[in-house]
Amino acid sequence: MSTMNDQKTPSSGDVYSLAEAEDARLIKEDAESLSQGQLIRRRFLHHKAAMVSVGVLVFITVMAFSSIGFAGLPGWWGKTYLDAGTVIDGGRPTLSLIPTWLGGDGIRWGEYPFGQENTGKDYFALVMRGTQKSILIAVIVGAVATCIGAIIGAVAGYFRGWVDSILMRVTDLFIVIPLLVLAAVLGQIAGNLGSSIVYLALVLGLVTWTGLARLVRGEILSLREREFVSAAQSMGSSSGRIIFKHLLPNTIGVIVVNATFAIAGAILLETSLSYLGFGVVAPESSLGLLISEYQNSFTNRPWLFWWPGVIIVAIALSVNFIGDGLRDAFDPRQTQKRSKKRKAKANA
Amino acid sequence: MKTPSENPAAPVLSFADLSVTFDTEFGDVDAVKKLSLDVKPGEVVALVGESGSGKSVTSTAAMGLLPHNAHITGAASVGESNVVGLPEEQVRRLRATNVAMVFQEPMTALNPVLSVERQMTEALELHDLAYGQDAVDRAVELLEQVGIPDPKRRIKQYPHQFSGGQRQRIVIAMAISCNPDIIIADEPTTALDVTVQAEILDLLRRLKDDLGTGILLITHNMGVVADMADRVAVMFRGDLVETGTVEDVLTKPQHPYTQKLLEAVPRLRHADEALASAGRSGAAEADRRLVLEAKNLVLEYDMRGHKFRAVEDVSFDVASNEILGIVGESGSGKSTIAKAVLGLLPVASGTLSVQGEDLVTLPPKKAKAVRRRIGVVFQDPAASLNPRFPIGDCITEPMVIHRVGTRKERLDRAAELLDAVRLPRTVLNRYPHELSGGQRQRISIARALTLKPELLIADEPTSALDVSVQASVLEMIAELQAEYEFACLFVSHDLAVVDLLAHHVVVMKDGRTVEQGPTSTVLHAPQEDYTKRLLAAAPVPHPGEQRDRREARRKLLREQGLRID
Repeated sequence: MSTMNDQKTPSSGDVYSLAEAEDARLIKEDAESLSQGQLIRRRFLHHKAAMVSVGVLVFITVMAFSSIGFAGLPGWWGKTYLDAGTVIDGGRPTLSLIPTWLGGDGIRWGEYPFGQENTGKDYFALVMRGTQKSILIAVIVGAVATCIGAIIGAVAGYFRGWVDSILMRVTDLFIVIPLLVLAAVLGQIAGNLGSSIVYLALVLGLVTWTGLARLVRGEILSLREREFVSAAQSMGSSSGRIIFKHLLPNTIGVIVVNATFAIAGAILLETSLSYLGFGVVAPESSLGLLISEYQNSFTNRPWLFWWPGVIIVAIALSVNFIGDGLRDAFDPRQTQKRSKKRKAKANA
Repeated sequence: MKTPSENPAAPVLSFADLSVTFDTEFGDVDAVKKLSLDVKPGEVVALVGESGSGKSVTSTAAMGLLPHNAHITGAASVGESNVVGLPEEQVRRLRATNVAMVFQEPMTALNPVLSVERQMTEALELHDLAYGQDAVDRAVELLEQVGIPDPKRRIKQYPHQFSGGQRQRIVIAMAISCNPDIIIADEPTTALDVTVQAEILDLLRRLKDDLGTGILLITHNMGVVADMADRVAVMFRGDLVETGTVEDVLTKPQHPYTQKLLEAVPRLRHADEALASAGRSGAAEADRRLVLEAKNLVLEYDMRGHKFRAVEDVSFDVASNEILGIVGESGSGKSTIAKAVLGLLPVASGTLSVQGEDLVTLPPKKAKAVRRRIGVVFQDPAASLNPRFPIGDCITEPMVIHRVGTRKERLDRAAELLDAVRLPRTVLNRYPHELSGGQRQRISIARALTLKPELLIADEPTSALDVSVQASVLEMIAELQAEYEFACLFVSHDLAVVDLLAHHVVVMKDGRTVEQGPTSTVLHAPQEDYTKRLLAAAPVPHPGEQRDRREARRKLLREQGLRID
């Protein structure tokens, strides 16, 4: 092997061996080592639409939870969503965003910023209460559905064979039953368990994991053929370790992106259920319930319909944009921004 | 036959001051710097280089297929027209009629859901050369020309019904279908077995002489260069470092990079050299301490109910401080044996024992304890490390699994191993994607050695690496073995690599042993026809010698009564 030993000593300042050049670069490189997670975070933070959406979502969340208080804690907004009162000015909203010099009433918050409903309840408090519920449902459904879906998908994909067949047939079973019907029936049962919204959220989580399970299974099927999995198996790793340490962390892209879409879906599902009368019931409030109750007021008191509607759309859209941002961050090949920049430079 | 150009000496493909810069997330990357190169009709120019040298980028530029983040200056001319800056539609018209491409992977270059007929007539019809039955007749003619037997019937078939070599022949037939002036062959034989490679090279040589097309051959294999090329251009990190005739470059390299590259190419030793070093057989026969022993091993894959027998009645043994090479072409079952030893595949019958303990009959718990003494290095450096684990975690993983040592002891061991594979200790916190292929393969070796194994399984550890990197990794395996005295099962398709490392060799074909014994006997005085054919097909990086070997191979094939293309 004398021929090989010769190349260890570089003859001059120039390095003419690929192996040496690479090693030299590695030793020289003192730049901060970025893990894949850090790279993804950096890309995500540079995604404008996603960052604006994060801002919107945080604003809505803080607003909803701090204004009327949550779980016994008092909020800064004096009124509650339960107390009726006298209807002032036909329940018209007092919120104004147009300054006086533009011909408006000036920027002011007023007594009833979102107006009042027919019994004189403060509509701002009602909408905020509904938003709390929607966000709570979204988070619980997202977490439950993601956990179940990821684990079922990973187990099915990793073990294959009869385990896969059984789990996937169960998944198919959940898919063939119309989601709304299933959720309505189970939601009714959950409603009997207790009035807390948490039961409804758990039930919704139990029926919406199917899409993620299939995606994760597909991903795992291809990942399990990679050699690092064989290496772990031959080192004597247990199946649990391989699934949770090696496989699932590598599907995090699919999981996170899908979780955001599942959250958006859950908000809309709760809204539809409450609208149909199967979800949250009065005197509790939910955005879907508010819309269903006041849909007839659309012509004479449109704000009763607009406020909850706008907030639903804002939450669903921003969660979807965050999902988009995450997908681009996990898979930078899909973005084409850099080439545009280059073209602009070339034209200049 | 169309004449390539009015003036026979005018180049069919020429690059003038071609520079390509990629605009990436991490700043600009210069892939090709000021490259100038000509290919004349009927000439084979080999573009040689290791990964990152820019050889594939150069050829892709000529096809006008570079991605949008590439910034190209200079000229890449096909015949008279410069592809750089040409509108998409005009470049499209040039493809196939003027410039055609043969890709590396024949399975992915063909569309699996279309019949060969549909795919072959497509190019003819798109370029207004022939339609309907005429196109089919022409396609059959082309298949005949590239040596597909019974083309009239087989043209109706789908890609999966052909073997790898035949698929590459079909890709070549498609490339020549519109009589291009120049064929760009990007690693056309890299994915193929060595005997098939020799046939494909024969075919390309014949077609070039018949049709007078120029060929730009992109390859990393110096043996292929010696076999095919008229002229050679060597690239290193985007620069063209040396050009010249194949004799000059391969036998009298001027540039230090070319010299080192050629030195690093593993070669089969000459028979006399091998016999002189025949003493290199590890421990003396008497005190061989057997680590791995397989007797009448049978291995089967379960293909949805019915069994496929991958290995049939194979016996071998490996003693400590010894390397056993298993060589064979794809489908020979060589990697299947490695899998079975690692416990990734159950043994159908026979025995497989590690230090006297039979893994087949041992209960799973005990088998796991035995496998602690086995380390493994896989083929693909991109896939064999978990991308989400920092290097430190990758190396210490075996200790975590077997609950060995405290966190501090584990990190100390990792640092020790990094020294052994000559990587800086700072990489402990880096991630696999920050390392090159060779470095990652060294991490794999370090991981395999973490628990001081008695047996190392190396499944094609260097076949995905560049030549010079391969040399340093092989050297490292040999050094580490001398130090740690483990037994090693080395699976490879490359006879020269096995000749360099192994003390004993098993030659396999279709799941059976063809020949086995000490390296010096099997690889230098082979008894079986198959071993002889295998040895004759491996090209050597010396044009004169390779010409003699080519003739010798033809003679051998005639003697064995086999078809010569």
